[in-house]
Amino acid sequence: MSEASIKVSVLRYRPEQDQQPVWQDYSVPYTDDLSLLTALNYIKDELDGTLSFRWSCRQAICGSCGMMVDGKPQLACKTFLRDYPSGVKVEALAHFPIERDLVVVMDSFIEKLESVKPYLIPKDARALEQGEYLQTPAEMDVYSQFAGCINCMLCYAACPQVGLNPDFIGPGAIALLQRYNLDSRDGGADVRKALINSEVGVFNCTAVGYCSEVCPKMVDPANAVNINKMASAKDFFFRFLPINDKEGCK
Amino acid sequence: MRVYKADVVIVGAGGAGLRAAIAAAEANPSQTVALLSKVYPMRSHTVAAEGGSAGVVQAHDSLEHHFNDTVSGGDWLCEQDVVDYFVGECTNEMVQLEHWGCPWSRKEDGHINVRPFGGMKIERTWFAADKTGFHILHTLFQTSIKYPSIRRFDEYFMLDLIVADGRVQGVLAIEIASGEFILIEAGAVVMATGGAGRVFRENTNGGIVTGDGMAVAYRHGVPLRDMEFVQYHPTCMPGTGLLFTEACRGEGGFLLNKEGYRYLQDYGLGPCSDKPRNKAMELGPRDRLSQAFWHEMQKNRTIDGRYGAVVHLYLCHLGAKVLHERLPQICELAREFMGVDPVTDPIPVRPAVHYTMGGIPVDIHCAAPLAGLFAAGECSSVGIHGANRLGSNSLAELSVFGKVAGESATHFARSTPPHDSAALLKLAEAAALPAQQLRAQAGSERVADIRREMAMTMEEGCGIYRLHDSMQATCDKLAELKIRFQQVHIEDKSTVWNSEWLLAIELGYQLDVAEAIAHSALHRRESRGAHQRLDGFEERDDVNFLKHSLAHYQGGAAPTMTYGDVKITRSPPRVRAYGAAGEAAELQEKET
Repeated sequence: MSEASIKVSVLRYRPEQDQQPVWQDYSVPYTDDLSLLTALNYIKDELDGTLSFRWSCRQAICGSCGMMVDGKPQLACKTFLRDYPSGVKVEALAHFPIERDLVVVMDSFIEKLESVKPYLIPKDARALEQGEYLQTPAEMDVYSQFAGCINCMLCYAACPQVGLNPDFIGPGAIALLQRYNLDSRDGGADVRKALINSEVGVFNCTAVGYCSEVCPKMVDPANAVNINKMASAKDFFFRFLPINDKEGCK
Repeated sequence: MRVYKADVVIVGAGGAGLRAAIAAAEANPSQTVALLSKVYPMRSHTVAAEGGSAGVVQAHDSLEHHFNDTVSGGDWLCEQDVVDYFVGECTNEMVQLEHWGCPWSRKEDGHINVRPFGGMKIERTWFAADKTGFHILHTLFQTSIKYPSIRRFDEYFMLDLIVADGRVQGVLAIEIASGEFILIEAGAVVMATGGAGRVFRENTNGGIVTGDGMAVAYRHGVPLRDMEFVQYHPTCMPGTGLLFTEACRGEGGFLLNKEGYRYLQDYGLGPCSDKPRNKAMELGPRDRLSQAFWHEMQKNRTIDGRYGAVVHLYLCHLGAKVLHERLPQICELAREFMGVDPVTDPIPVRPAVHYTMGGIPVDIHCAAPLAGLFAAGECSSVGIHGANRLGSNSLAELSVFGKVAGESATHFARSTPPHDSAALLKLAEAAALPAQQLRAQAGSERVADIRREMAMTMEEGCGIYRLHDSMQATCDKLAELKIRFQQVHIEDKSTVWNSEWLLAIELGYQLDVAEAIAHSALHRRESRGAHQRLDGFEERDDVNFLKHSLAHYQGGAAPTMTYGDVKITRSPPRVRAYGAAGEAAELQEKET
């Protein structure tokens, strides 16, 4: 009896030799617990050392191995090939330039992430000797979901607006911005407001919601975007009312 | 070759590297801190740490307790002055992380919460659900963005240290996206490259955990210390080795053999009680629990699984609410990777390699015995883990000593004379040659074959229990693999994202580190902590081996071994006991 195998088709692109991406098929020994990442490593180790892809933790927490699987953004490590009995087609994440094979250029994502000032801007300064800020479990619940983002960029590959306007800061970065804005210890919402209201901010979103659907950690970036839209709309309205606008009071 | 001039360069951007970078940026805002990593910072393996990080907070706890737990947990192979400094700084560092936004789990009153952990007398493990490493890493990464003096080199692969006039003066790296070489000149270098668990077959580690910093320092004459002490974590996923945190047991989980019996009571960890008791049963230290698994397997009381023998991690009695709130990632891993719902069914688990206790020896200031080189985190051996690390001491370590390393490197760099840039460039070009030749070479050996054989032989010779003959066989096998590695073939000749080339360089690092582990193990003729022998050396031997082992690199030949003193300040070696025996010993201690 021959060993069961499964076809893995990979969109290859090696900039030093390929004019354009080309499909390449591999046959990988199949078991019912075979993940796509394990299959790719089998290809790399046993069939074709030239295939390049990012990976590390194998357990859906480092965020390295995002790719398009039959056209849908997924983490390779928690994609199981038993769900693809007739084989699977794998490509680099959509909406990013391909660096090589399944590796995309991440620079724009990193810049967007850095641009939202994703760090605590303390509402009240506190010295170490004073111990921790108090924050009740209920206060944590308000933002903790958005703190679960692993920066895997699946939501960027899912978002049609990121595809149309590459400058849109996108669901993941907005979720991160929201993570800090909603933190009871943080007082930086005003500083972050300019970005969110700008032409690269939340109003690019057309509420498709696919970003939340593909999120492997249930962060729900669409919700973050919508909270910001309401806040942004309020800002837009209230800026005509001097009482709510410190700048206007000058 | 590109050249970049920095004051301090930090290699590795996991928890220790990021903490060092922030400390360096704060210590001297006008200096340039180059932070180099082969992955984007948030991919670093700190991300996978689950259970928590130690820091004394409760009124009935004390630094003395944390000290005693750590020193006895390490089977007295700890630097006690360093442990004293460590336990004194942990809580400050945890508060610092909190001030930077780390979402520590809280009590109803808003104060941070702590959970019990293995080998710890009092609950002192700060946690962020079961994603503590993830939250610490992201908090540090995001906070580091605030500091304009930190210049990141994301996806740059370290190839070598540049050493001139007996002092480290820079780092040679490859930009992964282009394959270009870059020399980063610096007055001081901090290694923060993590452990080397991937030299073993079944392990909890990410693919990137290949001992790069250890190997590079080792090749420059820095001995590797206490490398035989490799931690097997007792509760891992069969086959993949993925980790089920010790917090499962901290929250009250049981370990059951095939008869449904809590077998740990047979191994000096009892008595059995329904509620977890600290330093007993499932809350014993990792070395003892992994050893107990091995004995159960010999007695045929384990369960046969698809990927070898397993026992059951039983969590059902904790209930859905506690499991989903305290152990959400564990539930996700069990469900998605194994099809097991921990709410209704036990999780099959077995031990897997988790942590490298040894590493680059550094003093209390994180300085290595090579001028200009500093190290922190898992790649270092600062002396707090001894022969067995306690869970939740490593996240605390990377915070406490990451900070120290960043400050020490800043201080050192300030006092160094200017570089002779032309001379450094020459050294860097020479150091780049072997890597260029490796990529060009046509050989007969495959990277994957050598790596697989290395991992197999490490498991066979340097597993939970060790024998002279099998350790010797592993040493011999590694020597053979090093020779075969000279003939390795790289199919991929390209420059852009050539990961086959980098995997081959990593394999070279792994072989050197594996050799240091195997020879250190072979020469330690006693049993202590995670190093356990069954060939006439079953007991701890404080007369001959209350010593740090030091493996010295000898190029193509086997490493030579020397031994160094252990700093004992106020806790002379005693019997290491847990459970009822431990409590009795503690009482006796108080009375005398």
